[in-house]
Amino acid sequence: MSDVTLNAATANPEAAPRTAPVATTGALAWARTNLFSSWLNTALTLVMAYLLVRWTIGFIDWAFINAIWSVPMQGNVPQTQVCRDLEGSGACWAVIGEKHRFILFGTYPYEEHWRPLLVCALFIGLYVVSAMRRFWSWVLIPIWIVTLTVIGVLMWGGILGMTYVPQERWGGLPITLILSTFGLAFAFPLAILVALGRRSNLPAIKTLCVLYVELIRGVPLISLLFMASVMFPLFLPEGMNIDKLLRAQIAITLFAGAYLAEVVRAGLQTLPRGQYEAAEALGLSYWQKTGFIILPQALRLVIPPLVNTFIGFFKDTSLVLIIGIFDLLTAGKTAIVEPAWQGFGIEVYVFVGAIYLVFCFAMSKYSQGLERDLNQHRRR
Amino acid sequence: MGDTLETEGRFASAVRADAPPAILLQDVNKWFGALHVLRDINLSVATGERVVVCGPSGSGKSTMIRCINRLEQHQQGKIIVDGIELSDDLRSLDAIRREVGMVFQSFNLFPHLTILENCTLAPIWVRRMPKKEAEELAMEYLERVRIPEQAKKYPGQLSGGQQQRVAIARALCMKPKIMLFDEPTSALDPEMIKEVLDTMVMLAETGMTMICVTHEMGFARQVADRVVFMDRGEIVESGEPEALFSNPKTDRLRLFLSQILRGH
Repeated sequence: MSDVTLNAATANPEAAPRTAPVATTGALAWARTNLFSSWLNTALTLVMAYLLVRWTIGFIDWAFINAIWSVPMQGNVPQTQVCRDLEGSGACWAVIGEKHRFILFGTYPYEEHWRPLLVCALFIGLYVVSAMRRFWSWVLIPIWIVTLTVIGVLMWGGILGMTYVPQERWGGLPITLILSTFGLAFAFPLAILVALGRRSNLPAIKTLCVLYVELIRGVPLISLLFMASVMFPLFLPEGMNIDKLLRAQIAITLFAGAYLAEVVRAGLQTLPRGQYEAAEALGLSYWQKTGFIILPQALRLVIPPLVNTFIGFFKDTSLVLIIGIFDLLTAGKTAIVEPAWQGFGIEVYVFVGAIYLVFCFAMSKYSQGLERDLNQHRRR
Repeated sequence: MGDTLETEGRFASAVRADAPPAILLQDVNKWFGALHVLRDINLSVATGERVVVCGPSGSGKSTMIRCINRLEQHQQGKIIVDGIELSDDLRSLDAIRREVGMVFQSFNLFPHLTILENCTLAPIWVRRMPKKEAEELAMEYLERVRIPEQAKKYPGQLSGGQQQRVAIARALCMKPKIMLFDEPTSALDPEMIKEVLDTMVMLAETGMTMICVTHEMGFARQVADRVVFMDRGEIVESGEPEALFSNPKTDRLRLFLSQILRGH
C-alpha cells in the first residue's frame, strides 16, 4: 500500500523539485532588504564596506602590527629613533609605557604614586556603590563623606607617616575626578534649588535665581576660570588666599549649576498643574510636595539631558589647563614636551581619549538602564 | 436607610442644622484679570449637608469650590471652613487642607507611586501616622471603593473609573470632615460613570459633608440636600433638588435644564 503511494508521488510530473522560497528572515534576508535592495544601495554598501575594511586594516596595522611597544634606554634617555623611523606607519606605544604614570598622576612625587592610584580606585568604587540601587538610602551620605575625607587625606598626606604633598603637585586623573565629582555633587543640589527658585512666587528669590543662571550661562567657562584664578584674588584682603584648585572648583560648580538648573526647570515645567494641586489639596507642605511628588517625577523625565550635561562637564574640566592646573589632558600634553618624546601626540591623545571614553560611556550606559527602570510606571 | 432608598430613591438627610456651618462663604468675589468670575457668592453648608453645584461651563462653579481649599484665592469676602477663616496665614491653610478632601476631574493620582503609596503618603507625612497603620487604613478604604486587589499597581495600569475611585480613597485616607468633588465624572467614559457615582452615593450615606460640582442630575436627585445653580459667577437659584428641577424660577435655570435634559 505504501509502495503505491510512493510510486505515485514520483510518477506525478507536477511534484518536480522546486527551489526553496526566498528567505524573509535571518541575516541574508536582512542584508538583501537593507543593503542590496537597489543598484544604488548595492554600490553604496560596497563602497562603505571597502572604506571600512581599509580603515580597519590600516588602524590594526598602525596600532598593533607596526607598533613599537618599548624602546631601549641609554642611561636615562629613551632612544626613540626606532619610533621616528616608522614615520607614522605604526604607533609608538613606548611613549605610554614610559609616560603613563606621568599622564595619570602628573607631577605627584613618583614614589608616592600609590596614593593617587588608590584615590582613583576609591572614586570608582564610590561611583559603583552610588550607582547600585540597593544602596540608595541615607547610608550613601556617610559613605560619601568618609570616602571624600579619605581621598583628601591621601592626596595631601602629612599625617599617618605620609609625606605632605602640596596641591601644586597634584595632577592627572585624580584632578579630573576631583573636579568633576565635587563639581557635580555640589552643582546638582544647587541646580535643583535654583530651578525651584526660578519658579518661586517670591520675587526676590526668583530674580536672584534668574540673574544667577543668565549671568553664568552668558559667560564662557574659560573666562569664568580666568576670573576665578586671576581676578578673584584681587578682591580678597591682603594675606588671605584661597588656593587655585578650590577657585577653579567653585567656578566649575557654579557653571555646571546654571546649566543643570535649566535642565531641571524643564522637567518641572512638563509636570501637569494637577500634580501640584493634588499634593496641595492633601495638605502636603511645600517641601513634602516638592520632595515626594514633583522632583521624583521631574527628574526622571530629564535623565537624558541631565546625563548629557554631566558628560559634557566631565570633559569640560579639561579647560582648567588654561589656568595651569594639571588635569588628565594637561598632564598628557606635558608628557610629550620632553625632547625625546616630542611628536608622539597621537598616541598620548588616543590613550587619554580612551580614559575619558570609558568614564563617559559608563555614565551613558548606566543612565539608559536607570531611565528604563525608573520609568516603569509609565509603561502599561 | 435602605428602605428610604428603595421607596423614595433618596435617603434621609444627615444635616445638623444646630451645629455651626461646615463651610461659610460671605460676599466672595474673585477676578481672573478683568474677568469677574465670582460675584457676591453667599453660601452656607451645614455639617453633614450634601450640596450639588451645577451650571453651564464657565459659570464659576469649579472656581468656587477650589476657593474653599485655596487652590484659588478669593479677592474679596470671607470664607470660613470648619471654623477657620481662610487667609494668607499658612498654618490656618494647612489646618483647613487637612480637613478638606478633594477629588479632581482628571484624577491627579501620582503616577510614580503605587495605588497604596498614593493613599498612604499624606496620612504618613501630614497626619504623622505610623506606616503600618496608614497602610491598614488605606486598604480599608480601597476595599470600600472595591479595588483592594489593585493596591500594588501603578495608576497608569488602571482604568479611568478605577483611578477616580482610588482618588476618592486617597482623599478619604486623610479622614477629612468635608469632601469637595470637582466634576468627578466628566473625564470618564459613560460605562465608568456609574461605578464612581455609586462610590459617591455610598460616601454620602456615611453622613459626610459634601460639595459636588456635577452635571449628573440623577445623582443630585438621589443624594443632594440642596442643589445650587450658578451662572456667570453668581448663585442664581438654590433649593431642594426636586423643587428646583421641576419648578425652576428663572429663565437661566430653565434654559440650562432643557439643555442638560436634551443632552442625556
